[in-house]
Amino acid sequence: MTTLLILVVLVLVAIAIWQMTKIFELSKLKTVDSQVATDKDNKYNGYLLFAFLIFIYGITIFSFYKYTKVLLPEAASAHGGDYDYLMLVSFIIIFFVQTITQALLHYFGYKYRGEKGKKALFFADNDRLEFIWTIIPVIVLAGLILWGLYTWTNIMDINDEDDPLIVELYAQQFNWTARYGGADNVLGGANVRMIDIDKANILGLDESDPNASDDVIVKELHLPVGRKVNFKMRSQDVLHSAYMPHFRAQMNCVPGMTTEFSFTPTITTAEMRMNPDVVDKVKRTNKIRAERAANGEDNSDPWEFDYILLCNKICGKSHYNMQMKIIVESEEDYNAWIQSQQTFSQTMASIQ
Amino acid sequence: MSVTAHAQVDDHTDDHVHHHKETFVTKYIFSQDHKMISKQYLITGLIMGFIGIAMSLLFRMQLAWPGESFPIFEALLGDWAPGGVMDADMYLALVTIHGTIMVFFVLTAGLSGTFSNLLIPLQIGARDMASGFLNMLSYWMFFLSSVIMVISLFVEAGPAAAGWTIYPPLSALPMAQPGSGMGMTLWLVSMAIFIASSLLGSLNYIVTVLNLRTKGMSMTRLPLTIWAFFVTAIIGVVSFPVLLSAALLLIMDRSFGTSFFLSDIFIQGEVLHYQGGSPVLFEHLFWFLGHPEVYIVLLPALGITSEVMSTNARKPIFGYRAMVASILAIAFLSTIVWGHHMFVSGMNPFLGSVFTFTTLLIAIPSAVKAFNYITTLWKGNLQLNPAMLFSIGLVSTFITGGLTGIILGDSTLDINVHDTYFVVAHFHLVMGISALYGLFAGVYHWFPKMFKRMMNKNLGYVHFWLTAICAYGVFFPMHFVGMAGVPRRYYENTAFPMFDELTDVNVLITVFAMVAGLAQLVFLYNFISSMFYGKPTEQNPWRSNTLEWTAPIEHFHGNWEGKIPEVHRWAYDYSKTMDNGEYVIPGQDFVPQNIPLQENEEELNH
Repeated sequence: MTTLLILVVLVLVAIAIWQMTKIFELSKLKTVDSQVATDKDNKYNGYLLFAFLIFIYGITIFSFYKYTKVLLPEAASAHGGDYDYLMLVSFIIIFFVQTITQALLHYFGYKYRGEKGKKALFFADNDRLEFIWTIIPVIVLAGLILWGLYTWTNIMDINDEDDPLIVELYAQQFNWTARYGGADNVLGGANVRMIDIDKANILGLDESDPNASDDVIVKELHLPVGRKVNFKMRSQDVLHSAYMPHFRAQMNCVPGMTTEFSFTPTITTAEMRMNPDVVDKVKRTNKIRAERAANGEDNSDPWEFDYILLCNKICGKSHYNMQMKIIVESEEDYNAWIQSQQTFSQTMASIQ
Repeated sequence: MSVTAHAQVDDHTDDHVHHHKETFVTKYIFSQDHKMISKQYLITGLIMGFIGIAMSLLFRMQLAWPGESFPIFEALLGDWAPGGVMDADMYLALVTIHGTIMVFFVLTAGLSGTFSNLLIPLQIGARDMASGFLNMLSYWMFFLSSVIMVISLFVEAGPAAAGWTIYPPLSALPMAQPGSGMGMTLWLVSMAIFIASSLLGSLNYIVTVLNLRTKGMSMTRLPLTIWAFFVTAIIGVVSFPVLLSAALLLIMDRSFGTSFFLSDIFIQGEVLHYQGGSPVLFEHLFWFLGHPEVYIVLLPALGITSEVMSTNARKPIFGYRAMVASILAIAFLSTIVWGHHMFVSGMNPFLGSVFTFTTLLIAIPSAVKAFNYITTLWKGNLQLNPAMLFSIGLVSTFITGGLTGIILGDSTLDINVHDTYFVVAHFHLVMGISALYGLFAGVYHWFPKMFKRMMNKNLGYVHFWLTAICAYGVFFPMHFVGMAGVPRRYYENTAFPMFDELTDVNVLITVFAMVAGLAQLVFLYNFISSMFYGKPTEQNPWRSNTLEWTAPIEHFHGNWEGKIPEVHRWAYDYSKTMDNGEYVIPGQDFVPQNIPLQENEEELNH
């Protein structure tokens, strides 16, 4: 695959160089070489501008053909559908404008290439034209702005309606920890100044706060499907960003303050693994991994799809490997899992 | 650079209108002549540019072939690439310094510094900048900051590595990252000096444009280059001081234990004393400059494009007044959109709404500019010189990169592509590549004015076409990498099996990037060899209207012998005809600005 891509590049480059040398030779025939473009330069570069338009379309089509498959699968959160739809509409507008403007730009470059004796049109102003291409973007953008703001306001409206699950995402160099409110679904007070490594109080929970005693601290995020989750993000050292691409969710974790994001997972991990796009992706990925295994390379174990939480704000040396697995499961499975976890007070008791 | 300058001014005769006798030092090193200063800016900028581009090639290799051993890594990075495998901290350092160098040292100083200096006095008809001394000081402070930035590459714990945005606490705490020690200190010192340099330069540009225009040169007769440089300088004066304050406060936090940006930090087993500060405050201060900076980089490139495109299309720029209005609108809006870099920073979502609104508004003047460029080409007589091709290329990448701004400027859509390669692709196309194209267009177009010789056009064509193909080859597929969810500033993507199949794309991108890097060597060769052996230029090789081409080829302090030319018309009377269809000056399709209105010529509102 890689070889093919490199070949494509080399062919493109070779064509470019071949064209160049041709121009080079042709222009050398002229004895007077003022280094100002001649009719011949205009002609060849005009043609090349047209060819370049085809190249732009070509690389667009090539990229869509080859790389659409690498895009994220269907959104696994309630607001994700709205997000994807707005994205789709924006992209349609973008590609419509892109196709037309690039065509005009390069076609004019080709069509009106200079020739001796040709007269350019003295055309300095046209109020109507300028009005048209001011007002069209105004209308289109007004639509996009209103739609975007409406969606944004809905996504960022973090409230306690519908009994949301409260989860803290805690970031540090270079790993994630999650904390659940426990039976009372209320997070106990916490501050980095109360961190006590010797007592395994790694998140700095307030041991005297009754809300903290039933908190559950885990290294794997489990979420029940269909229930709204309100995330409270904290960081203990530098900026991090909790990025959950499959849920179209992201929020920075800022030392000194608590940030929030909220979404409702709609597709369980098990269901997502059955999604045709995901099945294909896993198949392709495992093929690559099998090749690696055959070559005796590392990082070659077969992969099974999982939702993932990534760090998406530069945070130091191992920024590239700061992750936590997210498992979306049925309410019953989730309840069974959370029951099996130790609460904060149990952990403290077992240490002492 | 004094050597190169020396060589080409050898034949210089000293008997022009000189105010005083100049020595080697005052003429070539501590020169107060804007033309020499512009050459100094250009050459320093280009050297920094080659460092910046070389860095990008190194980390692109790491991304395409993660963890692979390359002898070149060992040769260039030494202990930072044990066994030829790049260290993760070094990767972040390269990314950081690449960004810093390209944005500030190449595209701010190298682009705006060069051409503002060269063109402002020449195109408005002034003998020099308002203050030659401040101008000289501005260059030498820039030089000093460049030297400090380069020195920072060699400190023991490595250069700054917190990203070019140097968000604290990462940049403030040496225990968070080795690069945040001496490397970051030097980075901050270098940038503080750079900001001072930029302010001195900008104030000078503003004063010069306002006060030293020649007789007849009203603001509405200014070439669009000057409008762009003028407005750029204003944005710089408004926003750079805020970055200085951010840098100073960060220095206080780092060295004097204050808590402007830091609070509640537990790192390496201990709680730090910082209390009450906020990194979000730093983000606000940084982006208050950081976003206008995008336009500080881009507007001069657009100004250069306007001038080059009109000259080479042999047509007036379409919608001059709309172009000026767009520049002003972009400048104004650019100072109230910074929050779109912070939609998911934890700031109040309502603020996000406001910034979405202002951000998408900026698409309107940008669209007007793009359409006006396209219309300028329509029915022209396009002289496809390398400068013209780079200008057309700029419009192309400006559109392609600008359109994805509609996604990123929308707070909703930003959520999932924020800080991914989608952003990297977007801003490289819209401000990186576009501004570089502007820089190249300027160099090819005004090389004869600067060095009295022509650059080789065929090498110019090779340079353009390779660069144009590779720029799209690098950045178009990169959007897909971002949409697949790959975060930027990852040393390698191998920790996530979901990114395995993106290795192919990364290889493709890197191959394109390396070819693009090679293409810049063509430019380098052309630049240096033309400086010494290029064909001697005529006075007005591009048959252009602006005043710099009425000045003699020979450089001397004062620009024009005798009187400064008087201006009688705007800069865009290309292919203007009389009622009978004849050119205003028979047999010549351009009318320079210093030519009085001819009999029977229709007067425009300029």
